[in-house]
Amino acid sequence: MELIESVFIRNNLIVAFAVVGITIWVSYLAADKLTHGRIHGSAIAIALGLVAAYFGGVSTGGTRGAADIALLGGIGLMGGGMMRDFAIVATAFGVQLGELKKAGLAGVISIFAGVVVSFVIGAAVAILFGYTDPAAITTIGAGAVTYIVGPVTGEAIGASDAVITLSVAAGLVKSILVMIGTPMVAGAIRLNNPQSAMVFGGLMGTTSGVAAGLAATDPKLVPYGAMTATFYTGVGCLMGPSVLYFLVSALV
Amino acid sequence: MIIYGVALLSVSLILGMLTGEALGVILGVDANVGGVGIAMLFLVFASNSASFRALTAGAAGEGIKFWSAMYIPIVVAMAAQQNVAAATDGGMLALIAGMAAVFVSFALVPVISRLGGSDSDAVSKRETQ
Repeated sequence: MELIESVFIRNNLIVAFAVVGITIWVSYLAADKLTHGRIHGSAIAIALGLVAAYFGGVSTGGTRGAADIALLGGIGLMGGGMMRDFAIVATAFGVQLGELKKAGLAGVISIFAGVVVSFVIGAAVAILFGYTDPAAITTIGAGAVTYIVGPVTGEAIGASDAVITLSVAAGLVKSILVMIGTPMVAGAIRLNNPQSAMVFGGLMGTTSGVAAGLAATDPKLVPYGAMTATFYTGVGCLMGPSVLYFLVSALV
Repeated sequence: MIIYGVALLSVSLILGMLTGEALGVILGVDANVGGVGIAMLFLVFASNSASFRALTAGAAGEGIKFWSAMYIPIVVAMAAQQNVAAATDGGMLALIAGMAAVFVSFALVPVISRLGGSDSDAVSKRETQ
């Protein structure tokens, strides 16, 4: 047992490749045989990943899902920010400049609209739940933007730790829901061309959510959505502790 | 050489990240502003330009395509290390705030897509006719 453990831990990235490969194989098999292709194999694989993350988090008490299980530590490297960004950039290979230019304006509008809309909704929910302190309302609103904007804003304007934790949770709910929900609503919101993918990335903004949601919908759309989504968190961190906080303070 | 493509990809990412960090400092934001998106633009420019052909054609291009194809497996690994337990621990407020933000944003996708002109739609209509 110790022998297996030491081999697995020493080769953790390789173990991750094998485990993820098997997961994807099982998922594509299930998509084909059980759903007859109605649900995309990668959507099932991502859902299985989230389930594993839940049980990993609950059993270890850690914050990195399945990657906190010692034998699966390599998942943390394989699915970490460095590899994620590397692979996202690689998807841009072969993208035509013309498509980007065509959707450029709508893409830029969607980033600002996305930050403001998510913020207003998050802030409104905070007010409905009885919060009256502008810093708390702003921080929860910022959490609905992304789980990075929430704590960045909260720390900048001096919100309490409990409120910051809550803002991270709101952002995580958003990110996970985008991963699962995107393939389900793709048809209804006409998410089937580069332009709507860029708008989608700008409106949703959560890089992980957009990355996984588009992968499960149509991998060809990934570079367009990812392109705008990566500006979203920066814009959110810019507006949260400044314009949006001033607005909330003036109104409450 | 496969490594040429991988190196081009790596240099794009590093330059993009540096630009994103610098933008963050200039704007006074504690975050990387669009680093990945800028890196993607660098790669798009390189792959659409004749002067970079040695780094994007043939085997070199395969080095980039490999990582592009590894995208979904990496996303699955990413999903497996999300803090799902914390999301479910956030209670009703976090759940409602997150869900409402997602549903309204979903609904806005077709609205804002139309703002940018209907070029993309026209292309898909032409294809179906």
